[in-house]
Amino acid sequence: MKSSVVVFPGSNCDRDIAVTLEKLQFKNTMVWHKETKLPKSDLIVIPGGFSYGDYLRSGAIAAKSNILNEVIKAGNDGSLIIGICNGFQILIECGLLQGALLRNFGLKFISKDIFIKIQSNKNKFFNKYKKDEVVKLNIAHNEGNFFTDKKHLKELEDNDLIPIKYCDEKGNITRASNPNGSLNNIAGIFNKNKNILGMMPHPERMSDKICSDDSGLPLFLSLMN
Amino acid sequence: MKFSVTVTLKKDVLDPQGKVVGQTLKNMGMTNLIQIRQGKFFEIDLDEKNPSKAQDQVKEMCEKLLSNQIIEDFKIKQKE
Amino acid sequence: MKITKEQIQSHGLKLDEYKKIKNFLGREANLLELGIFSAMWNEHCSYKSSKIHLKKLPTKNKIVIQGPGENAGVIDIGDDDAIIFKIESHNHPSFIEPYQGAATGVGGILRDVFTMGARPIALMNSIHFGSPDNKKTQNLLNGVVSGIGGYGNSVGIPTVGGETKFNSTYNENILVNAMAIGHAKKNKIFYSKAKGINKPVVYVGSKTGRDGIHGATMASAEFDENSEEKKPTVQVGDPFTEKLLLEACLELMKKNSIISIQDMGAAGLTSSSIEMASKGKLGIELDLDKVPCREKNMTPYEMMLSESQERMLIILDDKKENEAKKIFDKWDLDFVVIGKTTDTNKLVLNFNNKKVADIPITALADEAPQYDRKWNKFKVKKNDFKIKELKKIKTDKALFKILSSPDHSNKSWITDQYDQVVMCDTIQKSGGDAAVVRVHKKEKAISISVDSSANYCVADPRTGGKQIVCENWRNLISVGSKPLAITNCLNFGNPEKPEVMGEFVECIEGMKEACEFLDYPVVSGNVSFYNETNSKSIYPTPVIGGVGIFDNLNRIIDMKTKKAGNIIIVVGKTFGHLTRSSFLKEIYSINDGSPPEINLTNEKNNGLSVLNLIKNNLILSCHDVSSGGILVALAEMSISSMLGLKINKPKKFSDLNEYFFAEDQGRYLLEIEKNNLEKIEKMLKKSNTFYEVVAEVQNDIFEIDKTLSIKTEELFKCNNQWFKKFNAVN
Repeated sequence: MKSSVVVFPGSNCDRDIAVTLEKLQFKNTMVWHKETKLPKSDLIVIPGGFSYGDYLRSGAIAAKSNILNEVIKAGNDGSLIIGICNGFQILIECGLLQGALLRNFGLKFISKDIFIKIQSNKNKFFNKYKKDEVVKLNIAHNEGNFFTDKKHLKELEDNDLIPIKYCDEKGNITRASNPNGSLNNIAGIFNKNKNILGMMPHPERMSDKICSDDSGLPLFLSLMN
Repeated sequence: MKFSVTVTLKKDVLDPQGKVVGQTLKNMGMTNLIQIRQGKFFEIDLDEKNPSKAQDQVKEMCEKLLSNQIIEDFKIKQKE
Repeated sequence: MKITKEQIQSHGLKLDEYKKIKNFLGREANLLELGIFSAMWNEHCSYKSSKIHLKKLPTKNKIVIQGPGENAGVIDIGDDDAIIFKIESHNHPSFIEPYQGAATGVGGILRDVFTMGARPIALMNSIHFGSPDNKKTQNLLNGVVSGIGGYGNSVGIPTVGGETKFNSTYNENILVNAMAIGHAKKNKIFYSKAKGINKPVVYVGSKTGRDGIHGATMASAEFDENSEEKKPTVQVGDPFTEKLLLEACLELMKKNSIISIQDMGAAGLTSSSIEMASKGKLGIELDLDKVPCREKNMTPYEMMLSESQERMLIILDDKKENEAKKIFDKWDLDFVVIGKTTDTNKLVLNFNNKKVADIPITALADEAPQYDRKWNKFKVKKNDFKIKELKKIKTDKALFKILSSPDHSNKSWITDQYDQVVMCDTIQKSGGDAAVVRVHKKEKAISISVDSSANYCVADPRTGGKQIVCENWRNLISVGSKPLAITNCLNFGNPEKPEVMGEFVECIEGMKEACEFLDYPVVSGNVSFYNETNSKSIYPTPVIGGVGIFDNLNRIIDMKTKKAGNIIIVVGKTFGHLTRSSFLKEIYSINDGSPPEINLTNEKNNGLSVLNLIKNNLILSCHDVSSGGILVALAEMSISSMLGLKINKPKKFSDLNEYFFAEDQGRYLLEIEKNNLEKIEKMLKKSNTFYEVVAEVQNDIFEIDKTLSIKTEELFKCNNQWFKKFNAVN
């Protein structure tokens, strides 16, 4: 499989995700934001970090970069796109996903291991997980508090577009296990066609048992399925 | 009594956000842009009839909390 | 124009120092030159009070590639890998503006490391605040923690650990010490020494503004009541630009075009240009009209003394400008040739077609004043109270009180604000004895620990100096690594006072003794004097940042107990030393007497014995015994695994608290399998290492027979409440 990781000034999880992809034998290309063409790829990754320093609004400035026009085109044509953390913020700012990511409820940057529960595995991204499986991942963000209007929320719910929610170690989706105040504990969402995923937790940070765990790997394996 | 307060970085203090926003706007074709500085805006409604008292109180808010006087300036405007 | 007495003094120079300046110049200085001298001759840049004592520290051994004197120290970790690291203080700026002060402290130390060609792989810190009762403390704590996180998170370097302590001695002078650790190829290390004449001097990075004009002078002047009004000099950090600068520099370093490179830290353009020229025994000529400026009408004085962040000075090889400029253009950073190297041995500055400064380089660097300041020998006070006469306290109550105290409480409120795992090489995060970070794509890792014990140093600087080196060494052993080298940040009061100078001298001598004995050289560091408010000095607070190595990723251990049925032994003898302990401080508010003695022979023997056991795969978890004694250490092991312990009562001690809370040094707690006990006993006896069995791991309950019994969940709660309560938004 071929993948492209888009790199913005200030991206800082680009290397991490590339390491994970290469470990799984993806043929990966790093694509600088000033480029005007995307290489042909089966997967486009918008990585985490602080593109443009998170200045103005997280993701807002990256959404105006050259390469994003190509990403938008590819997304509308059905290419698989994953935006992680700052990548999720960028996908929202450029309109490929809807909603908003507000400042964390506690008004602090949060970095820690959390648990998510797989809500739906009938899609390209989570088919290697079991439904209702509890997965440990890591979060690190200042603005991950997902919010949207009632109409969009209903659309997300009715169409199985919320694949993951924050939960506790035992899988209970509770207020206490919601790290950032996200609406209904939402940790990630799809677009209508389920080819574009935005998620706050970092699966690439759980891809190595020596450092943490490899509970994030099935996501990438799902894509190869 | 209603006030608006604008808090901006002091003239000589580096504004990393304004710098990046300015560069992006230029890249988007707005080449006649000279400078853009980012700040914060507050709308304040006070239950106080005496204008000078109210003014003083807003000033105190600015000094003690709304602005970081080490790096920021503020401007108060009375609205009604 | 003649320089006035007031101008000399407002630049922090003494009148006789100005006399020397006139001698060097053969004339009166102008204001710009006076500013340059004041920046170079102040304590921060010249180390004028500390240099003769710092020379005593061991700085070399087989693995040291570069000791003190460069931007950071460099050590050899085998293969073609080098680790580059340094710790630095940003105390005064952080007290004035905690967020920006701490953030720019992190930025500065990162640049020190990547200037030398290393990709930063980890950040650590040591932060000291005033008493929690002090009304400034909460704001300072919040600002500093978000500043450290805000900068490191954004640049994308994991902050993997550190220490946070509270004491009223820091009420008006907090300490913010940041450490950066980087990885480089051994044959690709960059130094600041200039070489060759007529080489282009290039300015890269952010533009120069009026930030921190005289920041370096401020950082070395005692605080007084008006200091909170000296505010406009604080610089603002821009981590985004730092990240670009980091990537651009590393990209340029892959080519063979850099002769020397230096970051513009304190005293910005002045110190960077002079340092490069001085090391290369060359001159340097700058055309100040070319300096990229953020504001209009900036004067040469402002340009030379500005402390704007995220800037570097590079001396390039001939004809490499275009290739280098392309890289900086790609990253949208300024890149301007502002001068050249010369053979005049002078710093010459031109502005508006006029020569505005002309100073011999040696006068600014090598000939900067050095003082052998008067110092008083420290008199250690004898213990003037008897522990037996204190009102008795139950062991369980004492334990809860210590575990819930600010210094011992779990620090996750702080560390959850730091990205600890970006770069995906963090093996052990903060909370353990040392952080562990893998060398990227290699089967090896380094350990890092940052430590201080001001409470011991204030009571006996010599023993304290020794102790803190040993504690740091012990922490690296406790995760299973071999300690290699240290960096130190020496935070002290006013060196012009003989008693403060005495603390400094004896602390250094204590460190020297320990470093030599343990073969644990000092490869970089920083001295921060004048940490005092209204003439009251802070406790002498040397901070040690140590780095160790694992040559195998399978021998990394932590303090989490693993399985019920295993036993815990303590290596090292317990004598019952309680003065200066957390027990006396937290329970009785007693801060008297002498700190525990350091026996270097035992320290080394115990450490190496433990390391040997770990290497033989006999140890399941390990934790060093430090502040709070055995019982607190045992509780911490339980809390991290949520498994309980059945703890033995000591045979020889009539007073349980004396045994359980004593802070005797050189001790480790080791979890082992029962059936390995015999084997381990043999090995420890062979190396003459004292040990005793202290507890057995069990489920849920943490207990001492007839003394204490508590669920681990309760211990956890007790240890995890303080920061949340203290910082609760009402």
